[in-house]
Amino acid sequence: MNNAHHEIIIAGMGGQGVMVIGQLLAHAAVLEDKNVVWFPAYGPETRGGTADCTVIISTSEIGSPVSSSPDTLIALNQLLLDRFAPTVKREGLILVNTSLAAPPRDRSDCKIVEIPANDVANKVGNSKAANMVMLGAYVELVKPVRLDSIKASMTEVLPERYHHLIPVNCLALERGAELVS
Amino acid sequence: MANKKLIKGNVAICYGALAAGCDAFFGYPITPQNEIPEKMSELMPQHGRVFLQAESEVAAINMVYGAAAAGKRAMTSSSSPGISLKMEGLSYIAACELPCVVVNVQRGGPGLGNTLPGQADYFQAVKGGGHGDYRLLTIAPWSVQECYEFMPLAFDLADRYRNPVMVLMDAIIGQMLEPVDLHGNFEIREYPKPWATNGAKGRARNVINSLWIDNTVMEDLNNRLQAKYEKARRHEVRFWNYQTADAELVLVAYGSTARICRTVVDLARDEGLPVGLLRLISLYPFPEREIEALARQGSRFLAVEMSAGQMVEDVRLAVNGISEVDFYGRTGGSVPTPIEILENVRNTLSGPRVASAQARREV
Amino acid sequence: MQNVYSRPKGLTEAEFAYCAGCFHSVAHRMIAEVMEELDIIDRTIGVCPVGCAVFMYEYMACDMIEAAHGRAPAVATGVKRVLPDRIVFSYQGDGDLASIGTAEIVHAAARGENITVIFINNTTYGMTGGQMAPTTLIGQKSTTCPTGRDPKCAGYPLRVCELLATLEGPSYIERVAPTNPAGFNRTKRAIKKAFQNQLDDKGFSFVEILSNCPTQWKMSPIESLKWIEEQMTKTFPPGVFVDR
Repeated sequence: MNNAHHEIIIAGMGGQGVMVIGQLLAHAAVLEDKNVVWFPAYGPETRGGTADCTVIISTSEIGSPVSSSPDTLIALNQLLLDRFAPTVKREGLILVNTSLAAPPRDRSDCKIVEIPANDVANKVGNSKAANMVMLGAYVELVKPVRLDSIKASMTEVLPERYHHLIPVNCLALERGAELVS
Repeated sequence: MANKKLIKGNVAICYGALAAGCDAFFGYPITPQNEIPEKMSELMPQHGRVFLQAESEVAAINMVYGAAAAGKRAMTSSSSPGISLKMEGLSYIAACELPCVVVNVQRGGPGLGNTLPGQADYFQAVKGGGHGDYRLLTIAPWSVQECYEFMPLAFDLADRYRNPVMVLMDAIIGQMLEPVDLHGNFEIREYPKPWATNGAKGRARNVINSLWIDNTVMEDLNNRLQAKYEKARRHEVRFWNYQTADAELVLVAYGSTARICRTVVDLARDEGLPVGLLRLISLYPFPEREIEALARQGSRFLAVEMSAGQMVEDVRLAVNGISEVDFYGRTGGSVPTPIEILENVRNTLSGPRVASAQARREV
Repeated sequence: MQNVYSRPKGLTEAEFAYCAGCFHSVAHRMIAEVMEELDIIDRTIGVCPVGCAVFMYEYMACDMIEAAHGRAPAVATGVKRVLPDRIVFSYQGDGDLASIGTAEIVHAAARGENITVIFINNTTYGMTGGQMAPTTLIGQKSTTCPTGRDPKCAGYPLRVCELLATLEGPSYIERVAPTNPAGFNRTKRAIKKAFQNQLDDKGFSFVEILSNCPTQWKMSPIESLKWIEEQMTKTFPPGVFVDR
């Protein structure tokens, strides 16, 4: 893992937990003494708008917080998948939430991983944990940080009123990881 | 690094202000700087200091005026449209020679614009912004760590020069999360403030005023301000050179754009292109001598900004025709990516040189 | 011999530059007397306006700050919040307080800011040449309503005491008319109470003084007093609006 550098864009609708899984990644990177930058972009709406964030994790100092073309896109819905799929670098990785989106047909150069995240989350017992399923799959596939570090970041990143959901979130993370292992 | 905290640039501003001994914060909500008043509303009362949400940006800057006149360290923060509203107050504060700190987390504009990143308030920040001949000392952090560390610097500059200091950020710097070492190791200098209007006990009364009907007195004040700015130009220029020693092309940028350009330099060097970066830390005073020296060394320039071309004018003034200055900018909340700047770097380097080497030697 | 009249310690040696008969002189002197009587000159910070009283900092013996037009309540708030044991007052005319500074005065009042505000209402912009003010009466002539204020074009005069009295923040609001000995005494008492309230930590205290402008009204000082009593008080009735 010397000189490892990961650029990820996570995108979906407001309320899908896009920012939260980006922040979990960022926090886990800090726990592992890695350099990291997270920055968000929101649509103007407080509810129901689009949301995306960029996470860059690196073992060396990070210059640009802006990614020209991410290594990985984690897309939680169709609208944002369509918007960001063309920006992924050649032979990059695209994780598609196939519960809400069809995989892109014009990025045959990329590795496309289909995750029925909402269906898996429903089975775990919390339909809102689809984001965690996606995150678990990504971490297992690419290993930018350890899954344990993600779990250890939950109390820090999630507001206290959601702390009761941490066990089900951890379960969803593991299910996501199992899907791709 | 495990003792570092993952926080936003806006939040780091608050911890930095606290470490700097900021006594009072007055603000008004506007995106993308809301984390600042929100965090300050929590931190300031916890430390026995003043937080007040004002009824407007106009009121907020005038509350800062009052608190600064009373001899306290005071600050406000806002974003582009709100900063425009503060310009009247800043002109008064500068004319009264009062210290204060103003944070601008720039967004896309003009008008109401959007809440995305922008750097189009450069002119407003470094040329004065309000009415009259005054300047804001302006510094631009490019990381969350610097958001923390530049606040004690900003308050120190404000007190030392008795002048408002602008910390010029943008939505990326304000909103991004990075690990920060909140070390608290700052040497905070205390400045005597015999001029403060804090009650005339045991001394002659003090008056804080910017009305001088007599033109000679008003001109004296102007001359004093200009002398102060001249002193700042000698002592407060801050910048960072990256790979400029042998650079045929020097990128000039500040804030988040400088971070992006740093990556561009690495990408260009990987292609064997002789490219460097002059990252501006102080925007006023502007590193004109350093730019001139690079021009003499034979470098040409590419100014990169999230504006239609503002900082580039100061680069051109510093270069003064002895080398080529090109510009690349994005506006309205659009952010340039490293690759798109790199394409401009390639184009610029393959473009003709207009200013002659002869001219560079002669000047 | 008994000394019945002398310069109060709250005033500097500077001579007032106000027009003959102008109430600014009266109001300044009363504030100076009150500061002396309450023994607060060396812990008072005054904030003066833009308008005829812009030079107030020349006359008051306490620390003074010159504010931008309309912003005095915000400036006073800034001082008072960082120095809560000092006495802070603002002094503003009608253009300053009731037009360009409406937001600042309303919100200082709504916050119950523990400051004292002296409001000089003379229905005109005296310094800039007698233009229409937010308090100019209907039908009253000015250089920007030469045929008299027409509500169809220029709206209606603002009654600041009545407006602020709807808020829960203020502790004391009174309008006074120092046009006769009784009104004169009433005015002095109101100013003193507005400062005493601040010493007692009671919060926002506001005194509106119905004032004259013989110069811009084109009247003698005596005529101007009569005009206040007969015309101004119809729109702006004196009285205590809040006292709690």
